[in-house]
Amino acid sequence: MKNVVIIGNGIAGVTAARHIRKKSNHKITIISAETDYFFSRTALMYIFMGHMKFEHTQPYENWFWKKNRIELVKAYVDSVNTDAKELVLDNGTSLNYDDLIIATGSKPNKFGWPGQDLKAVTGMYSKQDLDTITHYSKDCHRAVIVGGGLIGIEMAEMLVSKNIPVTFLVRETSFWNKVLPAEESEMINRHIKEHHIDLRLDTNLVEILSDENGRAKAVVTDKGETIACNLVGLTAGVSPNVSFLKDSGIDLDRGVLVNRQLETNIPNVYAIGDCAQQHQAIGERRAIEAVWYTGRMMGETVARTICGKPSEYQPGQWFNSAKFLDIEYQTYGWVWAKPRENEARFYWEHKDGKKCIHINYDKDSKEFIGINTFGIRMRHQKFDQWLHEKQSVHHVLEHLKDANFDPEFYAQHEDEILAKFNLENGTDLKAKKKSWKRIFA
Amino acid sequence: MKTIKNTGYIITFLGFAFFIGSLFVGTYKVTPKAYQQWIDNKGIKSEIFIKNTQKELVNKELSAWKLSNIVLDNFKKSNTYHKNQSNIDWNKVVHVKWSKTSKEYIYPLIRNAATGWFVNHTSLWFFLTFGLTILGGLMVFVPDYKLLGPPGIKNNGIFQHSATNRGIIGFITAFFFISFYILLYFFPNYIINPILAVNGVSKALNGNPASQWFLYGFMYCSVMTVFAVRMFIKYRHNKYQTIRTAVVLFFQIAFAFLIPEILVAFNKPWFDFKNAWPLNYTFFFDWNLNNLLNSGNLGIFMLVWGIVLTAIVVPVMVYFYGKRWYCSWVCGCGGLAETLGDPYRQLSDKSLAAWKIERWLVHGVLVFAIAMTGLTLYVYFAEIPSWKEIGLGISAYDVQNWYGFLIGSMFAGVIGTGFYPILGNRVWCRFGCPLAAYLGLVQRFKSRFRITTNGGQCISCGNCSTYCEQGIDVRAYAQKGQNIVRASCVGCGICSAVCPRGVLKLENGPDTGKTRTEVDDILLGNNIDLLNMTKKK
Repeated sequence: MKNVVIIGNGIAGVTAARHIRKKSNHKITIISAETDYFFSRTALMYIFMGHMKFEHTQPYENWFWKKNRIELVKAYVDSVNTDAKELVLDNGTSLNYDDLIIATGSKPNKFGWPGQDLKAVTGMYSKQDLDTITHYSKDCHRAVIVGGGLIGIEMAEMLVSKNIPVTFLVRETSFWNKVLPAEESEMINRHIKEHHIDLRLDTNLVEILSDENGRAKAVVTDKGETIACNLVGLTAGVSPNVSFLKDSGIDLDRGVLVNRQLETNIPNVYAIGDCAQQHQAIGERRAIEAVWYTGRMMGETVARTICGKPSEYQPGQWFNSAKFLDIEYQTYGWVWAKPRENEARFYWEHKDGKKCIHINYDKDSKEFIGINTFGIRMRHQKFDQWLHEKQSVHHVLEHLKDANFDPEFYAQHEDEILAKFNLENGTDLKAKKKSWKRIFA
Repeated sequence: MKTIKNTGYIITFLGFAFFIGSLFVGTYKVTPKAYQQWIDNKGIKSEIFIKNTQKELVNKELSAWKLSNIVLDNFKKSNTYHKNQSNIDWNKVVHVKWSKTSKEYIYPLIRNAATGWFVNHTSLWFFLTFGLTILGGLMVFVPDYKLLGPPGIKNNGIFQHSATNRGIIGFITAFFFISFYILLYFFPNYIINPILAVNGVSKALNGNPASQWFLYGFMYCSVMTVFAVRMFIKYRHNKYQTIRTAVVLFFQIAFAFLIPEILVAFNKPWFDFKNAWPLNYTFFFDWNLNNLLNSGNLGIFMLVWGIVLTAIVVPVMVYFYGKRWYCSWVCGCGGLAETLGDPYRQLSDKSLAAWKIERWLVHGVLVFAIAMTGLTLYVYFAEIPSWKEIGLGISAYDVQNWYGFLIGSMFAGVIGTGFYPILGNRVWCRFGCPLAAYLGLVQRFKSRFRITTNGGQCISCGNCSTYCEQGIDVRAYAQKGQNIVRASCVGCGICSAVCPRGVLKLENGPDTGKTRTEVDDILLGNNIDLLNMTKKK
């Protein structure tokens, strides 16, 4: 029986703990200072908006941890001594381990802006951030959000739901266009404005000004404009939360460097989730993947390794999803913001301007590379299969009805989509009827 | 828009105020003729009671409260008198019980005794109560089309509002609901004015004066209509929700209200063709069987249909579509829960403990319903009078009565609907409905229905679980990549609607263990054996 200590009670750490418990009798301790129990960070926005209470974001009831003999310690880890296999906590105590899993997640990026540490200036990542936003939104006459990514738009949605005027500063010339192709990005621009969010593209933050109490009172942009506001959201991405490991001897780059087994340079020390950085990025993935499901996958992988079945992290085909205000987004495989040399694109947009699909495929071989889908839900399993099978774009389109995952009675657009493809490519593809047989093949 | 909405609130509250106020006004005068008819009808034998009540009641203008108290007091007095005689004449004693005496004795006396203003102004009164409330309700909800912004999920502020988060407004609403059900089921003698207000509607439909049950049916349909409009607007981006709401509203208005009332107009039995045993627990009661058997071919058809509905239609449809076809598309209880109850769906208890209680309770009620019906049919075919003791001092009638009181009135009505704002909108359907228990067993073990989880897309946010009216912890399955196959799922589709990542889809697919419940490990990143995986694909 080993003594396994996990730093961080997010999705990665908790998944690791659950699977270690399933597979073994090891002693398991999870350390976190954020909250008493695991909660789903992705749902923080819904607490603010009143869709849920904090307790609803906790996937397991409070008795779960004791019943599964997972010990919870509420503290920060100040330092790690890998020689003595010992952690020093901020409450003055220390803790020994046989195996250590680092799953400390991310922290919001701050780029040294003047005024970035003022009151009412906050990221939107932790429970504490949410508390800050809740507190300062009460008398907020205008909020400014800096950074046009997934968290930025979530924060804008949150504040708008409380009828707080929001100015949204986005560095890029179109929303999230480092990731999204121009068409999709433009669709989201329109949708942001439809929700009466003051979207400022191609605009950078220069400085945050303070009032006499040390609270933000305005921001200054690189367009020379001063925007009065008393809440500022800094949502310009996240980076690994690893500064406490600086002198531990564990190899760090931006994150904790790990191999495919998620092992660090120190034996018996592992890193998973947002804070882990692969020496070599896997496939087209990034070396640091701050995504919910990769945290879960890494947690499961490391649990196998610790329980005597060394395993490689196998994230499989890339997929992801998000929701931009009312528009849902899913992606399977790769659709880059700009096509690569060998790639061709097919884009279809519904006339209401809130649904579209964008398919990426190989110009010559016609191999399907990826799809972005907005406002139409698609079946993960189907696209995963097609990507593994290296199916052609023609095959994918002909069988698109198999992949539709919208609720029953929703309008279906496959025929329209194929007609457009045929028109542009001189093909004669016909959508096959949905087949359960194929879906479960 | 905002002004229309606020005006709507004012008009609604005005209507409510008239409605509640009407319970406290109005006088009743029992004529000698009506009095004599009542004594004969009820078979009251006590001279003392007759002498006293004749003196205190007849030809006197009394309030409903006063009149009811006179009857009750005199029952008690005469009972005491008769029981103190050396030779007790049980024929003269009226068994007084709070849950029965008011509705069975006082209500028939007072129903036709109303005098004065109300009787002559029922149309105006109809407008001032139901008219204003319905109009106001529509004015509250219709502006949401603009006020709520672009189509999409509109759950902002639900857990921050007193009405939908067990705040003071929620408790006041619950108090109102509960009081209404208690009056309706046990003390209809106090709601004569509302009943009079719908008299005109009743007469137009079936030629008879309105009863408390007609009032209930009318209110049920009105409330569902107003709140269906709310659903149409709230979920206008979601066709599954709008179609489902339209269908369940249609079944309520046509099958539970109009058709039965029209049948009555043609002297046929009141019959709700969609109400299946054991939810319709009186179906096999001797009076109902006799009524149907004495109603010619239509009656026989109703009898056969009722049996076929429960024995064949229900399980076959559940096999193909899940229990949702009944519980959230057809059923009246479900219909109310999905309309009036929708603002309260998030209050259902999601804990494991609640699930355990649910399984014991709902299956317990099913067993109770089966036992009660079995006993009923036994005495029916054995030709034993239902009031006759068959053992342990209990008669079939007693058992029917207990079921009717405990399950039919208290559980389904007072608790099931009255507690919407406290316990969520499916308390009856989840914990009490024996038909739901029966459908659930079919759905759990033999059905094509499931909620499919979309691979590894779940982010464990918990919207699905929060908004599950049946208290299913949907997320617990979705985050593991498992499909949701649960006896209690009524297929309302809201989990799928509120999911921000497109993870859940209600589907009827092939019913094999593998396709219905097995997890695809590869999608979850658990594919440890790559070689095996490439072989498989």
